[in-house]
Amino acid sequence: MIEARNVTKRFGDFVALEDVSVQVESGSLTALLGPSGSGKSTLLRVIAGLERPDAGAVFISGKEATALAPQKRGVGFVFQHYAPFKHMTVWENVAFGLTIRRRPRKEIRARVDQLLELVQLQGLGKRYPAQLSGGQRQRMALARALAVEPEVLLLDEPFGALDARVRKELRAWLRRLHDEVHVTTVFVTHDQEEAMDVADQIVLMNSGRVEQVGAPRELYEEPANEFVMTFVGPVSRLGGEYIRPHDVELLLEPAEGTTVGTVQRVVHLGFEVRVELQLDDDGELWAQVTREECERLGLATGVRTHVRPRRERVLAGV
Amino acid sequence: MIARFGLRLVAVAYVGLLLLAPVGLVFYRTFEHGLEPVRQVVSSPDFLHALKLTLEIAVIAVPLNTVFGILCALAVVRHRLPGVGIVNALVDLPLALSPVVVGFSLVLLYGPGGWLHGLPVQVLFAFPSMLLATIFVSLPFVVREVVPVLREIGTDQEEAAATLGASAFTTFRRVTFPAIRWAVAYGVVLTMARAIGEYGALAVVSGSIAGRTQTLTTYVDRSYQEFQTVNAYTASVMLATLAMLTLLVMSVLRPKEGVQ
Repeated sequence: MIEARNVTKRFGDFVALEDVSVQVESGSLTALLGPSGSGKSTLLRVIAGLERPDAGAVFISGKEATALAPQKRGVGFVFQHYAPFKHMTVWENVAFGLTIRRRPRKEIRARVDQLLELVQLQGLGKRYPAQLSGGQRQRMALARALAVEPEVLLLDEPFGALDARVRKELRAWLRRLHDEVHVTTVFVTHDQEEAMDVADQIVLMNSGRVEQVGAPRELYEEPANEFVMTFVGPVSRLGGEYIRPHDVELLLEPAEGTTVGTVQRVVHLGFEVRVELQLDDDGELWAQVTREECERLGLATGVRTHVRPRRERVLAGV
Repeated sequence: MIARFGLRLVAVAYVGLLLLAPVGLVFYRTFEHGLEPVRQVVSSPDFLHALKLTLEIAVIAVPLNTVFGILCALAVVRHRLPGVGIVNALVDLPLALSPVVVGFSLVLLYGPGGWLHGLPVQVLFAFPSMLLATIFVSLPFVVREVVPVLREIGTDQEEAAATLGASAFTTFRRVTFPAIRWAVAYGVVLTMARAIGEYGALAVVSGSIAGRTQTLTTYVDRSYQEFQTVNAYTASVMLATLAMLTLLVMSVLRPKEGVQ
């Protein structure tokens, strides 16, 4: 288990982390999610020992690690740009942690070969990092971090520098790898879809604070506040409140709690349909409906329709 | 087309007139009367002593400035310690200061009435002051070569090594040094060239005593003053040859453009 307890970190006047407390269960896959400048990378670096917090404590596997050097924490760290040792081959990169520990040569060879196979880089051991694609470099960095059998694996924006298709592939691959290796993993991302896709648990951060911790579904369905609501998943505004577009109910007749609006545009996105409305009391709104519903209501540009939220309570804490 | 040709002509003429002609002339004058006069100079004890002294000073000054230069660059780029800013600014001083002033300040420091006058070892007009002067004037080169490279490679690889369990020394030896080695090599070559070629500071502190405190540069000057032109030419050729050797070493060491 990893625990950060009341951690504060400042860089000059900038408060990167303010009294942050987070727990990560052993064997879980946790995402630190948030916009840029929210402190998520700083928190990851504090856990790794690459930054020392101004206040608070860090525990790794039940032991206090706050004053421990990164060398002694048993963490594997994958950097945003992978930080490959450029003058070493892929094989030497992966072997680095074992070589400096002076493990027997035979053992190193077996372990590195096994890891290269795990990250699907077998046969590329003699290449230099400059001769690899972004995705391959990423996997090399992962193998290098896993070589020393860390208790904790930390990844800083692991998919940030990759193109969209490779990113999706690697996401699924990381999930499978985690299920295979079972090392407690924390990764930083600014992409909520990525966090929801990969993680068991999401820690949503904003301005150096934790806004909410929970399973992806909890954050989506029971957001603790407006920030969580707007950051995780699509939102629309109805009557001064945020609402999920699929929670907007469209009716042909007025009913309890409805307001009137005119359809501006209907966009067909395969199964779902996006309906953009101009409300009479001066607001814009978009709703997500199924194709069937759209046909049943006969929605088209200019149609007058009555709108109300499908659920009463939108925010968990309100 | 014409503009480019003209530009090239200007460049060639400039280099030719200002660099090649004088150096070529020295070579020509040296061997004008055959090899025998040169052989006589080269085998004279004063010349041999000057050559030996020049190399001895370089062999001590260059490694010292290399080690100091690397440490200094690491301190400036990697550690925000108090006083580092001042060190960084002072490193450039030898480039800005005239070597004569460097020599003169050593005379003031170690000479009669100076703060460090009366040490048990003879400093002025002897090997120690010549070494000090050479170290001083050749100090900035390794620092100046290594600092920008250290900045460019960033801390990522060093941090990665740390998380993999490498100690600070192991990280330096296996990660940082391989990344800066070309900059260090280049800095060493420049330091070497400066150490061998230094004249002004040495002229002031050494007294230029033949067979005792004369280096090749002061030997050239003294011989020329005393109308022993063959001696001056021969020592000049020796200096030029050493300089060209260092340049050659540098161009062999320097990694090819675009190749990692």
